[in-house]
Amino acid sequence: MISVKELKHIYTDADGHEVSALNGINLDIPAGEFIAIIGANGGGKSTLARHLNALLLPTSGKCIVDGLDTAEEKNLWDIRQHVGMVFQNPDNQIVAAIVEEDVAFGPENVGVPGPEIKGRVDRALAAVGMSEYAKHAPHLLSGGQKQRIAIAGVLALEPRVIVLDEPTAMLDPQGRKEIVRTVKQLNKEKGITIVYITHYMTEALEADRVVVMEKGNIRFSGTPHEVFSRVDELEKAGLEAPLAAKIASELRKSGIKLPKEIITDEELAEVLCR
Amino acid sequence: MLSDITLGQYFPGNSFIHRLDPRTKILATLIYIIAIFFADSFLSYAILTGFALAVILISRLPLLMVLKSLKPIMIIVVLTLGIHMFTAPGETVLFTWKFLSVTQEGLELGVKMSLRLMLLLLFSSVLTFTTSPIVLTDGIESLLRPFKKIGVPAHELAMMMTIALRFIPTLLEETDRIMKAQTARGADFSSGNLLQRAKNMLPLLVPLFISAFRRADELAVAMESRCYRGGEGRTRMHELLYKGIDYAAFGTIFALTALLAFLRWGTALCAL
Repeated sequence: MISVKELKHIYTDADGHEVSALNGINLDIPAGEFIAIIGANGGGKSTLARHLNALLLPTSGKCIVDGLDTAEEKNLWDIRQHVGMVFQNPDNQIVAAIVEEDVAFGPENVGVPGPEIKGRVDRALAAVGMSEYAKHAPHLLSGGQKQRIAIAGVLALEPRVIVLDEPTAMLDPQGRKEIVRTVKQLNKEKGITIVYITHYMTEALEADRVVVMEKGNIRFSGTPHEVFSRVDELEKAGLEAPLAAKIASELRKSGIKLPKEIITDEELAEVLCR
Repeated sequence: MLSDITLGQYFPGNSFIHRLDPRTKILATLIYIIAIFFADSFLSYAILTGFALAVILISRLPLLMVLKSLKPIMIIVVLTLGIHMFTAPGETVLFTWKFLSVTQEGLELGVKMSLRLMLLLLFSSVLTFTTSPIVLTDGIESLLRPFKKIGVPAHELAMMMTIALRFIPTLLEETDRIMKAQTARGADFSSGNLLQRAKNMLPLLVPLFISAFRRADELAVAMESRCYRGGEGRTRMHELLYKGIDYAAFGTIFALTALLAFLRWGTALCAL
């Protein structure tokens, strides 16, 4: 679905220095995958995300979405329709003063006929569990609800990929749970490819594959079990492994034999109780 | 504290007037305003006032609330009445006090002019009382669309209004938060004279503006990701459609205008 080849991105900062945000990224994301990208701040996660729907263009290398090159201008609107983006601050991505109108914004932009928009809006709101709020004013909703409206706004464009750039960074624990559940559901039930950027390790556990980024490079990737059991390497990349993985690693170091991959509390409890 | 501000003066309801297409209401208001200028006799003013009251009655708005919207122009109304009363030329002097004299013609003219002003405001406030700002924006956009050819940015204006409506509560909330944060660090927003208070507001504006610009930036990126590229080729979920009640409303307002035109010029026409 998405194929990133030798992607480099260099930008000029406020002082006129050239900064390399991405140094040759190679990444293939098959259709239907739920991929999590983690990494410390300044690692290039958001920069990479913005290449996926042509908000940023590669300095060199290629970013191919569904066979379309993001660098070609004629592909721009097709790509943006296929790849939806959800950003960190829910307030700053809601356009209209009524939930329903905001969800309709995307389809209206691409010229979907009026009666069909209504159907899309209803389906999108149902998919994120916000149907009963269709006529509400967004500023009266909670952070998690607003972010679900933002997801619905993207869904109404019927994308094949949704890129979420730290969607839970500004939410409370309740809101975070809502978003992760919604995203997982969209992936499983609708088969939408998910690119989920986060710095919460517990959220990355839900993904099919985890990619660790540091200083504009992909350090390593694999299933959540593979990635999170490499406690020391994670720490080198400026990340903290989940507590269970850390405990397991310490136990192993002090000579207690444990099955190799333990990353969740439940797995740890089960092994220790045996 | 700031959050209880309501936007505009929309009074939700489901009356005949509420259900009219916003374009109908805007155009009818304009026609009514023109009709006001047709009126010259007291009979025509009585008809206009009766019509306005009937519309308020049909819209089921509390009469007192609508009348309150006249408050801001009361000074102008009184001034108009006074100036006409004392300065208009006329023969029949009602009474004289020192160098000021009130003529019957002046008094009549003054009353008519004041009525004109009050009716104008009364009728247009029915428009804003019965139409939500969002719907009003849609109506304005649709009405301005034909003027696109001569360079009126109809869609852009409507988009600006939509975004303003969306972000005013958010920015008010933010203002409240910044005020609290600064009060916690010893800022004082509530004492001193007017000038002093205005000065104290300055440190509030800087962070507010910075944050507004940041929001604008993020919103622009989010809008672009959702395929926004201006008004070209855009569709709407709720297309505005004139229905039966709209034609009825247009018929009524045109009949009123015709009646007033007849009252003014009809006799002259008959004499021909």
